[in-house]
Amino acid sequence: MIRYMIGRVTSLCLSLVVASLVIFTVVEIVPGDPAAYMLGVNARPDTIAALRTELGLDLPTVQRYFAWISGLVQGDFGISYTYRTPVAQMVADRIAVSLPLALLALAITVAIAFPAGIYAASHRGRAGDLGVMGATQLGIAVPNFWFAMILVLIFAIKLRWVSAGGFPGWNAGVLKGLTALILPAIALALPQAAILTRVMRSSLLDMLNEDFIRTARAKGLSKRQALWRHAVRNALIPVLTIIGLQFSFLLAGGIVIEQVFFLPGMGRLIFQAISSRDLIVVESVVMLLVASVIGVNFAVDLAYAAVDPRLRTRS
Amino acid sequence: MVFVSGALISFFWTPYNIETLAIPQRLQTPTAAHWLGTDQLGRDIVSMIMMGARTSIAVALLAVGIGIGLGVPLGLIAAARRGSMLDEAIMRGNDLIFAFPSLVIAILITAVFGAGATNAIIAIGIFNIPVFARVTRGAALSFWSRDFILAARVAGKSPARISIEHILPNIANLLIVQSTIQFSLGILAEAALSYIGLGAQPPTASWGRMLADAQTLASIAPHVALVPGLAIVFTVLGLNLMGDGLRDLLDPRIRVART
Amino acid sequence: MSLLRISNLFLSIAQIPILHEISLDIAPGEIVAITGESGSGKSMTALATIGLLPESAVVDGQIELEGTNLLKLTEPEMCTVRGARIGMVFQEPMTALNPVQTIGAQVAETILQHESISRSEAFTRARAVLNRVGLPEDRFPLTRYPHELSGGQRQRVVIAMAIALRPRLLIADEPTTALDVTTQARILDLLKDLARDFGMGLMIITHDLAVVAGMADRIAVMQNGRIVETGPTEQLFSNMKHPYTRALFEASAHKVDLPPAPPPEPLLAVRNVVRRYRQPRSRLFGTRPEINAVDDVSFTLHHGERLGLVGESGCGKSTLTRAILGLEPVQGGSITVDGAPVWAGLRPNMEVRRKMQVVFQDPYSSFNPRHRVERLVAEPFFLLPDPPRGEAREARVAEALVAVGLKASDANRYIHEFSGGQRQRIAIARALINDPTLIVFDEAVSALDVSVRAQCLDLIADLCRLRPLSYLFISHDLSVVRSITDRVMVMQAGAIVEQGPTEQVFANPKHPYTQTLLAAAPKLPDIKKMNHAS
Repeated sequence: MIRYMIGRVTSLCLSLVVASLVIFTVVEIVPGDPAAYMLGVNARPDTIAALRTELGLDLPTVQRYFAWISGLVQGDFGISYTYRTPVAQMVADRIAVSLPLALLALAITVAIAFPAGIYAASHRGRAGDLGVMGATQLGIAVPNFWFAMILVLIFAIKLRWVSAGGFPGWNAGVLKGLTALILPAIALALPQAAILTRVMRSSLLDMLNEDFIRTARAKGLSKRQALWRHAVRNALIPVLTIIGLQFSFLLAGGIVIEQVFFLPGMGRLIFQAISSRDLIVVESVVMLLVASVIGVNFAVDLAYAAVDPRLRTRS
Repeated sequence: MVFVSGALISFFWTPYNIETLAIPQRLQTPTAAHWLGTDQLGRDIVSMIMMGARTSIAVALLAVGIGIGLGVPLGLIAAARRGSMLDEAIMRGNDLIFAFPSLVIAILITAVFGAGATNAIIAIGIFNIPVFARVTRGAALSFWSRDFILAARVAGKSPARISIEHILPNIANLLIVQSTIQFSLGILAEAALSYIGLGAQPPTASWGRMLADAQTLASIAPHVALVPGLAIVFTVLGLNLMGDGLRDLLDPRIRVART
Repeated sequence: MSLLRISNLFLSIAQIPILHEISLDIAPGEIVAITGESGSGKSMTALATIGLLPESAVVDGQIELEGTNLLKLTEPEMCTVRGARIGMVFQEPMTALNPVQTIGAQVAETILQHESISRSEAFTRARAVLNRVGLPEDRFPLTRYPHELSGGQRQRVVIAMAIALRPRLLIADEPTTALDVTTQARILDLLKDLARDFGMGLMIITHDLAVVAGMADRIAVMQNGRIVETGPTEQLFSNMKHPYTRALFEASAHKVDLPPAPPPEPLLAVRNVVRRYRQPRSRLFGTRPEINAVDDVSFTLHHGERLGLVGESGCGKSTLTRAILGLEPVQGGSITVDGAPVWAGLRPNMEVRRKMQVVFQDPYSSFNPRHRVERLVAEPFFLLPDPPRGEAREARVAEALVAVGLKASDANRYIHEFSGGQRQRIAIARALINDPTLIVFDEAVSALDVSVRAQCLDLIADLCRLRPLSYLFISHDLSVVRSITDRVMVMQAGAIVEQGPTEQVFANPKHPYTQTLLAAAPKLPDIKKMNHAS
């Protein structure tokens, strides 16, 4: 178990380092001088030079990389080029919207996919199964942002149950905040739920063909008991992988959905930053997104060990 | 199929020129002259959909091309050298790319080079590489353990030759099926990217951009928002069903022989 | 009164008839074996009895267990029978257990399923059952997971689950086919003991007549979904009525006529070969331990000699084979063919490769399903500096196919059009096409039914008469090796513990391991002796 953990932690750190290098290099090759860009066309060269020194842009590349990384580790994301405010504060405000959105969407995904997948697998080939599979085909084909627009059209504009967009902030009350997130989360979750349902179903069907299910049946378990006691837990192993991948889709996909609902999340921040060439913000936000994806995959690896005893003792 | 042929026809003819604006005729509901109505700039929606299909298909196709072109060889190499440092390096590299959702790649590329349809192709293409590499490696590994590969090695064939001569033809079906899946995902991703303005730029027509334009108008002219969305749904649905059909067709597999 | 009475059982799956008019009785404490080749319907008879047939199956007839017709029971009623009154053990112990549950939980589940007792009580009883099947508590606590056990130990857990409630009838479907011969002997003993102790009826399904002969009270021989002959074991063997029974028996005890070997002249020389594998670290900063899969092995195979290599799984025989074929480098020693090394520096020596060919075990995975037979058989031409083309190539392929008893026109067909035995003939044709000086048969007949196996062995013997064939015959099946080799080597834990002329080693084994192997191997009864006695 300890060996497995150490292996995972090592690969986690390694991934983070390589990812940060990639992002830093990409941003490095961006043409143009941020300092010149910030001060506009008419700036005097010595003002630009002064700003470059202030932003630390005149340091050698390697030194700037380490400055950036050590800042990130300490929670100091640098100063925004355009707003002149700490990036960390800007990001923190936005995460308060984006992360709950992704988590809510994940919860909805799992809440739909698990029962639907298990139901379809246990009714294989019958009408219920075909219905679920047809629905998932449709669910996979629908672009989430379009689905979001339709939801807005129905629930906000026609029925006026919720507001069409915007976010009142958590200060307005947790309930109000959640209400503002519920439509975006549903829009985000449904296509992913369709995918996860299919994975759950096929993974379960694979398990139901395994010899140990037949052994369980020979002990006197009914089909339903064999499914719940023996197939579900084994089927979770491939399903976990997909959930890990999906969380990264949900985080990133949130950027698109935020546009539909005018939510002040990471997506909005990143677009503003791109259009104003506020590269330090782009760099940090991208790094944060990637780090959270890597972090989630790490969590999935740990979850594997909880589900599968073979990983705990493998030597 | 309808959309593919629409895209092909659009190379020669569209009912109206989408670059001509006809503000007086804007936001019309479907009429005999404009089957699906017009948008906020008076452009014919049928023509826009046809041109948009062209963009979507081209982007998704090229992105699948990138994925196959780089992912399949990497997967074959990893499988041929399973357990080696090279295999490990390729697979770790794959994991790393997986940590960058295609949207994030698109954001990075846009930040560096500015927006455009090429970005979408590269971003989706990069995302496709590890997908194909993994599928290829997994499938290839199951063949590497078969005795006929051992027989080919006894016949003195090199791993590269075995990969091309024995492995590739046997996993081709799987790759074709995966391609249709990635193709439909590519269409979805392209739509999302153009929707948020990281994909095709005006005046190139794109389903995603049509939706972005339509969003503010959804309450007054819902059809402008519905039509491109339905176009995406039907295209992707059609592709997925085709993929499923292909899989059933190409994969009666050894399962029959075993039972 | 009989415990189980199957009468007039008919079974079809998806409209295809599988079983015809099966009738069979089992008394309490009686061991009844059902035997036959693959596709004879023996497993389906077992599955029909426990009610686990595929959904598309249609059954007619009666299966009575202590007077109740099982075929009339509803599914929930059948669930109360399975596990409590009928237990079942399956063939593949590696996959028969749930990998994410402890063995204790899995054995206790049988008890909890049928009796309303507390969990701790169920675990106490599970413990007792595991002790009974030979998994003592000091070495096998209930908290063990299946992956921590060997195949034989897992099969004991499966047996424990099946007998936990002392069922009236135990069905064992090929319970030892996947196991090594010494493990097989112990598992068979355990099953026999349990049947006697509990007064339990035991239905054992096996393809191996020798296993049957060693333990069954009565035998039913099946062919194409029918029972062709049934009777008490001794009586049936001493007076076989049905031609199929006789054919099966003769094929099982098949002896081939090998021509005498030419005078010794070394062909393959293996000298002090060591093949080492690195294990993963057991501790974080420890060194990676190494195991010698092949440990200081030396032997010589002469021109025209038929050499056997026997040993149980994991003894290193596959590793040795790969080293000889030049597929993997060795860490020490030398392997030469006619004096030339198999490895020239870091690359395999193509000159030597050309002289060797191989026939693998599995006739289904030995061929690329996408190529025609012509291309499959001609693959070793790749080794030749100047391979034949066009008509010459066709002629060579045709010649090889005819030599193994197939038609020249078969060259244009795909491999899936052939049966397992035919495929193995094609594999031999592929091995012969370059006229190699050495052929390696790697468990080449192990996957075949006995009658097909006998034909394949005859073919090899025929080929030996036509041309001086030198081969290394690797197998876990002692009786096959005995009939098809001149000399034999016994391998254990990476080392060759005994070698000598085949008859001598079998008749008078010197090494204790060889003695154990021979003692464990199930034997067919000697009919002549039996007839004298009766």
